[in-house]
Amino acid sequence: MEPTVWRSMGLRDDEYLRIKELLGREPNYVELGIFAVMWSEHCSYKTSKPVLRKFPTQGRQVIQGPGENAGVVDIGDGQAVVFKIESHNHPSAIEPFQGAATGVGGIVRDVFTMGARPIAILDSLRFGDLDNNRTKYLFSGVVSGISWYGNCLGIPTVGGEVFFDKSYEGNPLVNAMCIGLVDQDKLAKGAAAGIGNPVMAVGARTGRDGIHGATFASAELTEASEESRPSVQVGDPFMEKLLLEACLEIISEDLVVGMQDMGAAGLTSSSSEMAARAKTGLEIDVSLVPVRETGMTPYEIMLSESQERMLLVPKKGTEDRVQEIFEKWGLKAVKVGRVIEERVLRIKEGENVVAEIPVQALVDESPVCHYKVVEPLDRENLKLDLDAIPEPADYNQVLKSLLSSPTIASKEWVYEQYDHGVGINTVVYPGSDAAVMRIKGTSKGVAASTDCNGRYCYLDPYEGGKIAVAEAARNVVCSGAVPLAITNCLNFGNPEKEEVFWQFNKCIEGMSEACRRLNTPVTGGNVSFYNESPQGAVHPTPVVGMVGLIADIDNRLTQAFKTAGSKVLLLGETKGELGGSEYLYYIHKLTAGTPPGLDLNTEQRLHRVVLEAAEKGLLLSAHDCSEGGLAVALAESVITGSLGVKVKLPQFDGRLDALLFGEDQSRIIVSLSEDMMPELMEVINRHSIPYHVLGEVTEDGFLVLTASGSEVINLSTGEITNIWREEIRCRMS
Amino acid sequence: MYLARVFVALKKGVLDPQGETIKRSLASMDFPGVEEVRVGKVIELKLDAVSEDHVRTQIEQMCKKLLANPVIEEYSFEIMEV
Amino acid sequence: MKFGVVVFPGSNCDADVKHVLQDVVNQDTRFVWHKDPLPRALDCVVLPGGFSYGDYLRTGAIARFSPVMEGVMEFAAQGGLVLGICNGFQVLTEAGLLPGALMVNKNLKFMCKPVYLRVEHNGTPFTNALNAGDVIEVPIAHGEGNYFADPEVLEEIERNNQVVFRYCTREGVVNAQANPNGSVNNIAGLINKEGNVLGMMPHPERCSEEVIGRVDGIKVFQSIINWWQGRK
Repeated sequence: MEPTVWRSMGLRDDEYLRIKELLGREPNYVELGIFAVMWSEHCSYKTSKPVLRKFPTQGRQVIQGPGENAGVVDIGDGQAVVFKIESHNHPSAIEPFQGAATGVGGIVRDVFTMGARPIAILDSLRFGDLDNNRTKYLFSGVVSGISWYGNCLGIPTVGGEVFFDKSYEGNPLVNAMCIGLVDQDKLAKGAAAGIGNPVMAVGARTGRDGIHGATFASAELTEASEESRPSVQVGDPFMEKLLLEACLEIISEDLVVGMQDMGAAGLTSSSSEMAARAKTGLEIDVSLVPVRETGMTPYEIMLSESQERMLLVPKKGTEDRVQEIFEKWGLKAVKVGRVIEERVLRIKEGENVVAEIPVQALVDESPVCHYKVVEPLDRENLKLDLDAIPEPADYNQVLKSLLSSPTIASKEWVYEQYDHGVGINTVVYPGSDAAVMRIKGTSKGVAASTDCNGRYCYLDPYEGGKIAVAEAARNVVCSGAVPLAITNCLNFGNPEKEEVFWQFNKCIEGMSEACRRLNTPVTGGNVSFYNESPQGAVHPTPVVGMVGLIADIDNRLTQAFKTAGSKVLLLGETKGELGGSEYLYYIHKLTAGTPPGLDLNTEQRLHRVVLEAAEKGLLLSAHDCSEGGLAVALAESVITGSLGVKVKLPQFDGRLDALLFGEDQSRIIVSLSEDMMPELMEVINRHSIPYHVLGEVTEDGFLVLTASGSEVINLSTGEITNIWREEIRCRMS
Repeated sequence: MYLARVFVALKKGVLDPQGETIKRSLASMDFPGVEEVRVGKVIELKLDAVSEDHVRTQIEQMCKKLLANPVIEEYSFEIMEV
Repeated sequence: MKFGVVVFPGSNCDADVKHVLQDVVNQDTRFVWHKDPLPRALDCVVLPGGFSYGDYLRTGAIARFSPVMEGVMEFAAQGGLVLGICNGFQVLTEAGLLPGALMVNKNLKFMCKPVYLRVEHNGTPFTNALNAGDVIEVPIAHGEGNYFADPEVLEEIERNNQVVFRYCTREGVVNAQANPNGSVNNIAGLINKEGNVLGMMPHPERCSEEVIGRVDGIKVFQSIINWWQGRK
């Protein structure tokens, strides 16, 4: 075989030799194609595997950690939450609408293959600055794609984040998270167990779309990538809705041994992974696989990434009932093979064997790349010289400007396009710190948030990683929920570059420490490397998807101020840290400095204060201070509550802009009625958390902040509401 | 075998928001003189039938019953032998 | 009272309506699969929201030919109560049970947000628990809710008092600003001449529980129950 053949499939020469060694012979073309996708970064995690082992994955709440289609955590009463986040960055960069839509489709399948009914979708999106037409086109297309697919499925899209930074300009990040609910005794797994059991292909027919998508995801985007459009798959949310209902019905009738989405690398990865998990083998006859086009070769059928397909192993003898249920939903379930004892993936076309590969060779023997972790020496350009930055003369102007920064401005234009109410479980709507879904028939609720500040991770990957986890937890806490566990989507540049691999390592170490301390283990996720464009790598962006549990949803909280006259407190310490802030980026066009420090011990105590206070019903609102700092957080609580606030800022020796816009961590603004103060003080003191009484919520509809006796900000709620609410809509129309 | 191509568009007088949006975009992209844009859909059907006349009757009925909504849409079609 | 909630392939608010009917207003409620005949002895049929047949071709166009629809047409002809919500409204217009059509929103985007509706009259089985002129807050969630009818039909609808809900401001003013999707005459909900078939784009089932934060929708369901009890 010519080296060009395996190289064109993305295999390195040493990998080819290893394949020969594992097979004891030369692979044929089909086998080579199968190895190429299974050993691609996307499927094999060959670069990330050794680093991912650092994540804590154990905990009393964890029912299923990494390695399955999705993670599972216990929420009591025999119920569990199934959740996972996944990237669809490269397809979305090429074709934003379908790229994002099929991203949603994929993650939803990962959740319902576990037997769970999906109850919520969150999307974590990153784009370049929202001032050029290309970015607007990508942003608009991605949002429409998510809206089209998620809405049609009838799963509410309840939250997420949208972050704008020029580092994402050539390579937007589209990460979709799905949360499902399941009774623990109905939990399904992706294992092809039981020798002799049938293997069925269900859902859409197989076409030529997306062949080598997994390999595509494992290479950098170049200008030629737009020419590779055929790699992009087209989604069919209606098909997925039928598939969802049919799959849940066969699971509820207990007909299923195992099932898995034919996602990246299609039939190849689903079959080999299911066999690997069950320590069995599979024999598949590709001539039985329903196809959409004529003349498809075994190679094409094995590697197709056509959407809305599943591989299913039902219990022996239940094939007819399975078919009946699928037919009820207008779908086909076709027997394409069987589970065998010999641990090989045997692909036949009629009677001819066209490929035969030991399962372990594909899954367990995939190469592992041990890159060196080298700290880059020259990070001088990232130093921040505050003296070179003039202090603003007019803080009203600066705050208004920050509120119009697309990263901070209201995302109403986005979430109004998402059906966030279907299912009638959403009890905290998009726009607060975390979304909350009630669990019908109980008093419980599930809270969820996605977070990551890529700028912090770029400036200090270790602290940035820590902050991503802590902020996600803090957001969940601000809704009154106890953080349970995380899933993550690790978006990085090309790991073969020393700096990128160092960032990856450091981020994971930081995240791991935070996960351990906050008792939120990692239950799975996804690694997306090669997020690069001709301008360079994206900021390291390990997105954290956190889920939490509220025992009694009557105690849930939102960020909005509720009643005039209530007291406003800032929990946590204000240090005035401007490094990596949105203020520096948006107002001064700077990405520099050290991101704010984070003490996990303090963070944990802060969470305890808010959770205890929420449980006792002491609080009226809670809001995390994040991008834009204290001033922006206060503005948001005022705007969403349609009220005013009169605040005396904490005593502070440094610059006023640092006090107002510094993004110091571990700070939460709470409001409460005055008679609850003594009880809150008791809780605060018991956990020894620093605090400052900021002032009072007012009826008059003005945001008034004074520092050392003089007024520094005085704006009407009406004015800032307009700016904050209309900015993105204006830019997009 | 016949190929029928059915064109469905909003009736004259029914506001076409897609058409309006495209018209505005074209104007902003410096394509002057675009007076009107109407967006419709094309539906291609391959049919096995005895005669073109038969196909014509069938398509006519399909349009009336399902392919177009007479309240807001109008249709036309062409038939060719393939 | 016996409710039937029709399930088309792609319906996705079926379970929501059933939840409200069964668990909130405590009525006997069952799903009716689109391929099955409409069961006898139903007192009210609900066509729920969602994306029947993926909204392909036109919203509601394919569902309208589902086997169950024959029974629904017959049921309606005999005076049975039919409530079409969102996609259900679209199916009703496609089926000719209600006049007009629903087109793509004027801003071309799917829209999910609470809107205000002015109750135009309360002499219907669906609004008797409300007062004419009441302003209620009900969420919309649709991409194609832009109601259209040609001028003659529209005139007839208005003359017959068939408009039940209109999009309005919080204060009850019906104007262009309060119109989320471009519907003619701000029409959000419409009843047939006979007064037993109501179609509405907003979702009353999404605002029928305190815990969801909005409760105005419950009155639509209570009206239906009142009407039925009054008739017994």
